[in-house]
Amino acid sequence: MTTVETTDASHETRIEGTAAAALLAAGFGAFVLGFLTTINEASTGVHDFLQFNDRVGPLAGKTILAVIAYFGSLLVFALVWRGRQLALKTVLIVAGVLLLLGFLGTFPIFFQAFAS
Amino acid sequence: MELSNREFWGLIHGLVLGSFFLLAFAGGLAGLYSLRSRWLTEEGIVERTRRLAVGFWAMAIAAWATVVTGTWIVYPWYREKLAGDDLAAGCAGLQLPQPGKCSPRDFLLSNVSGDTESWHEFGMEWKEHVAWIAPMLATSAAIVVVIYGRRLANAPRLRQIAIWMFILAFATAAVAGILGALITKVAPVK
Repeated sequence: MTTVETTDASHETRIEGTAAAALLAAGFGAFVLGFLTTINEASTGVHDFLQFNDRVGPLAGKTILAVIAYFGSLLVFALVWRGRQLALKTVLIVAGVLLLLGFLGTFPIFFQAFAS
Repeated sequence: MELSNREFWGLIHGLVLGSFFLLAFAGGLAGLYSLRSRWLTEEGIVERTRRLAVGFWAMAIAAWATVVTGTWIVYPWYREKLAGDDLAAGCAGLQLPQPGKCSPRDFLLSNVSGDTESWHEFGMEWKEHVAWIAPMLATSAAIVVVIYGRRLANAPRLRQIAIWMFILAFATAAVAGILGALITKVAPVK
C-alpha cells in the first residue's frame, strides 16, 4: 500500500509572521556581529567604544550589541508581523544574505584585511 | 587529583555545556527529520513534537550558556596581558602558558614554543566571534518548532528550514568547539 504525505500547500509558499521574525532575527543578529567585528578592526575609535569591559575587551561590546540586535529585532518583527503570513521565499533570501554576511564578517581572514 | 578554578570553568564551558549541545544535535536532527505524518501516528506526532520543543529549547539554553561562560569567565583568563610588550622575553623558555607570567594569548603570540601565532590570530579570533551565531540560530530553530508544532509533520518545506537552521547552529558550534579544544591543547587556561 502506498501512502502519501499530506502537505498543506500554504506552508510551501508562506510563513507565519512570528516564525519569519525568528529567521530574520538570526540573520540580523549575525550580520550585526559580523559588521561590528569588521569595523572594530578598521577603526580604533570603534575598538575603544566596544570595550565595554576591560577584562573581556571589545568582544564584550560586539557580542552585547549583537545579542540586543537579535532579541530586539525578534521582538519588533514578531509584534509587527503577528498574525500575518509572509512570502517564504523573500524571508529566506533576506535571512540567508544577512547570515552569509554575518559569517563573512566574523571570518578572520576577511575582517583582519580591514585592520588599521 | 584536583582542578583549579580556571580549569573547572573551562570544563563547564567546553566539556559540559558545549559537549551537551553537540551531542544532543544528533537526537534533535533525527527527531525533526522523521516528524512526518506518514511515518507517525497522531499520538506519536503529539509526543514527538512535545519532546522536540523541550529538546530544542534545552539546546538553545545550553548554547547561550556556553558562549556566556566562554566569553565572560574563561576568555578574560585567556587574554590577560601578563608578559609585557616583549612577549618573547616574557614567555621565554616556557613550553606552556604560566599563570601570573605568560597567559595563553601571550604564549601563542610569542612563538616561543614553535609557530603558534596562528592559533590566536586565526583560531581564537574565529572561534570567539562565530560561536555567538550558534545560540541565535538554535533559538530561532526552537521558535519555529514551537510555533508550527504538530503542523511541521505536514509542512516539509518548513521542516527543512528548521533542520537547516539547526544544522548551521551545530556546524557553527562545532567549529568553535574544535578550535577551542585544539587551542586548549596547545595553550591551556590554568
